[in-house]
Amino acid sequence: MATASDFNPFQSAPKGENTFAQITDNVTRIMEAPRPPRAWYIAFGVALSMLLVFFGSLGWVVWNGIGSWGTTMPAAWAFPIVNFVFWIGIGHAGTLISAILFLLRQNWRTAINRFAEAMTIFAVMCAGVFPGVHIGRPWLPYYMMPIPNQMDMWPQFRSPLEWDIFAVSTYATVSILFWYMGMIPDFATFRDRSTSTAKRLAYGIVAMGWRGSSRQWHRYERAYLILAAIATPLVLSVHSVVSFDFATAQLPGWHTTIFPPYFVAGAIFGGFAMVVTLAVPARQFFGLKRIITIRHLELMNKVMIATGLMVGYSYGMEFFIAWYSGNSYEGFTFVNRAFGQYAWAYWTMISCNVIIPQLFWFKKVRTNVWATLVIGMLINVGMWFERFVIICTSLTRDFLPASWGYFIPTKIDFMTLGGSFGLFFTLFLLFCRYLPMVAMSEVKAFSPAGGHARPHLHHGHDDAAHAHH
Amino acid sequence: MSDDHKPKAASTAPELHGILAEYDTPDQLLNAARKVRGAGFEKWDTYSPFPVHGIDDAMGIKMTVLPWITLCAGLTGLGSAILMQWWMNAHDYPWLISGKPLWSIPANVPIMFELTVLFSAITTLVGMLMLNGLPHPSHPLDLVKRFARVTDDKFFLMIQASDSKFDEKDTRDLIDATHPVAVESVMEDRVTAENFPPALVYGLIVVTCGALVPVALAVKARHSKSDKPRIHLIQDMDAQPKYKAQRENSIFADGRADREALPGTVPVGHLNEDDHFFRGRAQGGWARTFPAQVDLSEETMARGKERFGIYCTPCHGQSGAGDGMVHKRAEALAQGGWIQPSNMTQEYVRNQPVGELFNTISNGVRNMPAYAAQIPPEDRWAIIMYVRALQRSQAGTLDDVPESERGSVK
Repeated sequence: MATASDFNPFQSAPKGENTFAQITDNVTRIMEAPRPPRAWYIAFGVALSMLLVFFGSLGWVVWNGIGSWGTTMPAAWAFPIVNFVFWIGIGHAGTLISAILFLLRQNWRTAINRFAEAMTIFAVMCAGVFPGVHIGRPWLPYYMMPIPNQMDMWPQFRSPLEWDIFAVSTYATVSILFWYMGMIPDFATFRDRSTSTAKRLAYGIVAMGWRGSSRQWHRYERAYLILAAIATPLVLSVHSVVSFDFATAQLPGWHTTIFPPYFVAGAIFGGFAMVVTLAVPARQFFGLKRIITIRHLELMNKVMIATGLMVGYSYGMEFFIAWYSGNSYEGFTFVNRAFGQYAWAYWTMISCNVIIPQLFWFKKVRTNVWATLVIGMLINVGMWFERFVIICTSLTRDFLPASWGYFIPTKIDFMTLGGSFGLFFTLFLLFCRYLPMVAMSEVKAFSPAGGHARPHLHHGHDDAAHAHH
Repeated sequence: MSDDHKPKAASTAPELHGILAEYDTPDQLLNAARKVRGAGFEKWDTYSPFPVHGIDDAMGIKMTVLPWITLCAGLTGLGSAILMQWWMNAHDYPWLISGKPLWSIPANVPIMFELTVLFSAITTLVGMLMLNGLPHPSHPLDLVKRFARVTDDKFFLMIQASDSKFDEKDTRDLIDATHPVAVESVMEDRVTAENFPPALVYGLIVVTCGALVPVALAVKARHSKSDKPRIHLIQDMDAQPKYKAQRENSIFADGRADREALPGTVPVGHLNEDDHFFRGRAQGGWARTFPAQVDLSEETMARGKERFGIYCTPCHGQSGAGDGMVHKRAEALAQGGWIQPSNMTQEYVRNQPVGELFNTISNGVRNMPAYAAQIPPEDRWAIIMYVRALQRSQAGTLDDVPESERGSVK
């Protein structure tokens, strides 16, 4: 691939010094600082209060039953499932960056992959809470796992909801393994730079005694490649399986074959929007501007144009097929989406997901940090509304007009949705403070002195030795 | 280690573990690695903050077996998923869903895929750690201060003293020829195991034993008998905050939870004053006529026929002869104790007053249960009207046939 040599993410870094040490300093400084920047405390305070709201409202729902949400027939899925699909989608960008871009040798990913992976894990955790509580008796989710129970019954493996259990829990497990494995060498750096015994012990335990042996690096790189190759079809499968929850149902607006690719494209679109939403403040507050550069943000914005167009195409194609199929229920559903009682949600979705991202065609917009941040946030809003539109319009306007209705969320609905951001940001801020936010070993390998990103790379020894000087 | 059994003495010279060389750049390390490999050493390694490109060739590192281990794990995951889904849904608990086949590959593919991925991923990480000998808490290199920068920006090479080609002077010369930034002797680390604080060891033992107590209690609970119900942490709807019939309630003087109607009161809609209509009684005996509320019309007859079909035919049959489906089924089972339902067209039933029939439907008779709770009074009267018609039809004589048709009946 030409990209590796065409593009140098470190073009803004000063040349001629030992960039390895600079990279280490840049990343470990956050952990070594006696106290994080004031912005971190403010953000952490806000996130922690939102987390309390989350736990409080969930406790309320568990104690009083899920009737505390506005979730009721005919909109039996409503907010909890909208939030589930929204969060699980967010995670996809992290795996895409860490696995797919790795296989495609997009070396710019090294600056952002670590915290994109962290984002994946925290998003999957937020996602998992909602179906867990929505089942009504959150102390019985083990019924969904194939473990012997007092009923002497097994899960029903032909149900897409059961596939979902396996897909999401596999996704969470593999993401955590991948994330952890990537961090082992960086934990070792943290261990060796730690000054207090407690830190040394803690980072030492998670670093597992990594000492950078080349014989270990060999197996490590192989394992990383295998995990990337495994995670690639996995990330494509997870949102496909989530879309099966809808696509295998008979409901107009859900029962369509376009759902798996449409959901995956939307997930990556929304996930990248979340990555830039997190990357912009993180590089600002933690002094990572030399590692996460404007070029990185611009490339992510380009990914967003591409996936945003795919999502827009899917919206259009759904309409076309609804008309082309000649199915009157399908036709009604889509006209109802655009002009019915949820038109306000539909046009919010179209504006945020299809119209506004077109601004990224302008170089000035996509290289502007604050424009990127605002558009990224708007895309997050749009992607939340996409799931809301899919779930609520179809459920409240099904085949039988007698069972039509209108979903009205309660205060608790908004508190759990808002609170889930509290969980997400609390975990993310703790991650920024205590874990290696950037994959130092990978960034070093792809830095100009590291040798991996040299132009005209050959395996011959002499070439490799000369190309550096 | 040879000096393990020797008495501890501060003067014992530490044994040499190996010779360590430090380099500034990956290229210096690559050149050094090629030289050391060329000299035929086996027990040596290089250390770097990131995987140095080309180091595998320079050191002659063979391809790891890890991909094959992952492949086996993936196939195991696939096989487990197939077996699990077949055994659980098609064999151990055959579960019919919407008429789908009990076992069909397409519906089981997603979970096959997920378990393949799950098994492969876990095995890849665990396999990588095990092949690398991790976790590896203590190493002689930890005693070398400069080595801490291996995870930062420095590159190292170490030849172990245990290598058969190792010679303290020759090896040192070889390393010096690779132009290292620094060279240092690495001593064996004999301290770690001996200095491990015993308090920590005993603490770990106590914590581990303590952690086993809940497990032991659970195992005991599963394999012992008790006259008390099992601990039920979450009651679900077993315990409901309400009074059920026949329960005690200390609020009331009589201690009963369910209350009797107050004397002289009647629930709304339950006055039922009209003896004729509600109980089939008139002038001190069974009523011989239909009450005034019943409209003796074609519609009432149709209603009676329909209700009769629903409530009466299962036992009494379409013609009221006492040969309904329930009776036939009971005869077929031949379990004894079954009494055939009455033939309601026989003479003694024909001669019963309508009031008595009403009482029979309302309160039951012999084996027949009461239907008052299921059939409202006006429908009971409609049924009686239809029963009267049935009885009439079964007791016909030639005189009932119109004169012009009598010829065809004979």
